[in-house]
Amino acid sequence: MTGLDLLYFLVQQTMGFAIPLLVVALGGMFCERSGIINVALDGIMIIGALTGTIFINLMQSLDAMSGNLLYFVAVIVAAAFGIIFSLLHAYASINMKANQVISGTALNLAAPALAIFIGRLYTEKGVQQIEFVNQFRIEKVPVLGSIPFIGDLFFKNVYITTYIGFAILAISAFVLFKTRFGLRLRSCGEHPQASDSVGINVYKMRYAGVIISGALGGIGGLVFVVPNSTNFNSTVSGYGFLALAVLIFGQWNPLKILYASLFFGFLRTVAASYSAIPFLLNMGLPMEIYKMVPYIATIIVLIFSSKNSQAPRAEGVPYDKGSR
Amino acid sequence: MKRNNFSSDVIKMKTRNLLIAVLPSIMAILAGILVGFVILLAVNPSQAFAGLSTIFIGSFNKGAKSIGNAFYEATPIILTGLSVGFAFKTGLFNIGASGQFFVGAFFTIYVGYTWTWLPPSIHWLVALIAGLIGGAIWGVLPGLLKAFFNVNEVITCIMMNYIGLFGVLYAIKNSVVYNKLQNRTYVLPESANLPTLGLNKIFPYQSMNSGIIIAIIFVIVIHIILDKTTFGFELKACGFNPDASKYAGISAKRNIILSMVIAGALSGVGGALLAQSGWFIDVVDNLPGYGFDGMSVALLAMSNPVGILFSGLFIAHISVGGIYLQRLDYDMEIINIITAAIIYFAALALLFNIITKKIFKDKSGKNANADSGAAVAAIADVKKKLVADDKKPTNSKNTSNTGKKSNASSKNNSKGNAKKGGKSK
Repeated sequence: MTGLDLLYFLVQQTMGFAIPLLVVALGGMFCERSGIINVALDGIMIIGALTGTIFINLMQSLDAMSGNLLYFVAVIVAAAFGIIFSLLHAYASINMKANQVISGTALNLAAPALAIFIGRLYTEKGVQQIEFVNQFRIEKVPVLGSIPFIGDLFFKNVYITTYIGFAILAISAFVLFKTRFGLRLRSCGEHPQASDSVGINVYKMRYAGVIISGALGGIGGLVFVVPNSTNFNSTVSGYGFLALAVLIFGQWNPLKILYASLFFGFLRTVAASYSAIPFLLNMGLPMEIYKMVPYIATIIVLIFSSKNSQAPRAEGVPYDKGSR
Repeated sequence: MKRNNFSSDVIKMKTRNLLIAVLPSIMAILAGILVGFVILLAVNPSQAFAGLSTIFIGSFNKGAKSIGNAFYEATPIILTGLSVGFAFKTGLFNIGASGQFFVGAFFTIYVGYTWTWLPPSIHWLVALIAGLIGGAIWGVLPGLLKAFFNVNEVITCIMMNYIGLFGVLYAIKNSVVYNKLQNRTYVLPESANLPTLGLNKIFPYQSMNSGIIIAIIFVIVIHIILDKTTFGFELKACGFNPDASKYAGISAKRNIILSMVIAGALSGVGGALLAQSGWFIDVVDNLPGYGFDGMSVALLAMSNPVGILFSGLFIAHISVGGIYLQRLDYDMEIINIITAAIIYFAALALLFNIITKKIFKDKSGKNANADSGAAVAAIADVKKKLVADDKKPTNSKNTSNTGKKSNASSKNNSKGNAKKGGKSK
């Protein structure tokens, strides 16, 4: 493998790890910007992955749909079920003024149990693994894939979800900072009483935040499972928690979240494929060290970047109209 | 006579307060089990009632043996529950209990397996302390970073979980405790295991030992630290309002670090106690779930140490019930769904608080009104008479003052008491 091939390989692999983190962290961003802490991201991802893979499995066994159309519809299914699941969190934390950490933890506990339970009910053999045939990888995007260098880098061996992820990023940044909705959402996370006083419906805005996080969380779950595996086994390997970390690391800002997820995705890629990189292989370090590196590096970066880190001010505080 | 009335009133109040504190959790549990029952009905209606009773009977299904099993399951999650709950009291979210648990378990396994030159009478204790230290080491970094660099403890804890996982796996593979054939650690020798104290005779479960008693000791210690010491008060003050406690001269940094160290140590002890009951670490890329179970235990108990003991026992109780649920061809995962539902309903504290208050409204609501009415009348009365004396009337003075003023107030008080007595009967 030449140096250039290695670069292509690393970039392509990094996307596989970084895109789910990016999408889910962006979802979390909308939620936390509206003032609701969402530790349930992991659970929402699991539900999205569960429903998405069941849908793919069903369609493939019925031969009703195939290829990237199927993948795209599955993404929408995952988003829909992510929303439904996240509504539980919204109801508890907005209407019932519940402790948001508790309700989020409850969803995190429920999701893997539900995934195993439903998986066993769904599969004929009664196993929890939901199999699917991965037919979604695009070898080469027409026209764009022929561009030298850039084509190799970004338009070969990709999934449509990579582009969906970047589209979500662009839309998120635009919505959050350039639209009236975004401004209102952010104000509800900073000072809901003030927002209410100018006629913004805080409950509605917070529902919007949680619903967006549900949709993106569900998508992120499916996007994580499909490129990295051929079955869904009731877990997303704690990626939802990593997304939470990326969100905080990215300081609730879309562009910084992109950097954080690329940083993390790249280190994960290096850890997963260090044996293919001659320089790292020659160092002779044990596998576990490489696996630890992304987490250690994140902590070190955080030490230097957290001094002025500030979460949305009203985050985690149930909105009470009567309070001063 | 009067004094007797008073003390019985206090007891009544105490039981009422306890009920008000416990009732929401009980309602959450019942609501959660109802969800489970609906699932049982949906999967197989004919067995649903049998399934429900199996869940309720839980660890009593096989008598003393399954009770022993429940104690074994409860021990580690009580400790991780204490860990999460203790950090919660200081306003910290210790999501790293899993990692601290894992590191603690490894320290114990290493010391227990290799330091066999120690006399058996203290070997187990040294191994236990090793686990405590391991957990504390894993808890100190999130605390330090939070205190000095404002790094969010949630994210450091998540990172420490992974670092702990891979670090321990590496350490296992490169040490003598590695059982290469079965890809796991060796089980500890008898001298490093917890003393059984004859408990395995009473509860004939193979891993039954004094672990549950040690867990209870830790519950008591944490209860005393939190509720009876200045240190505990400072910790809680930091949790309630960091700015106010800073203003009062409490060092937030010191308390954050100490709180995380203690939380880590508790999780580490959880790992130690499990490792000293015949548990071993499988060399796989996943952390055992005891840390996350600790979160549910702590949340269900609203972080109260004594409550954690009971919620830990309860979750172990229905988990053991889940084992017997399989005999009815139900999936064990139903128990986890029920646990999650219980935690979810526990989060809806508001709903249950309203219900609880409604239940107690007839007694407490009216009583409170009568009391406050009497107090207001008494204060107004005293005020009138005090105008000349130019003194500030306060509640404490009402009771301690002598002479005309207190006569007036006591008259009113007795009226209030009479009212109260009449209504409660």
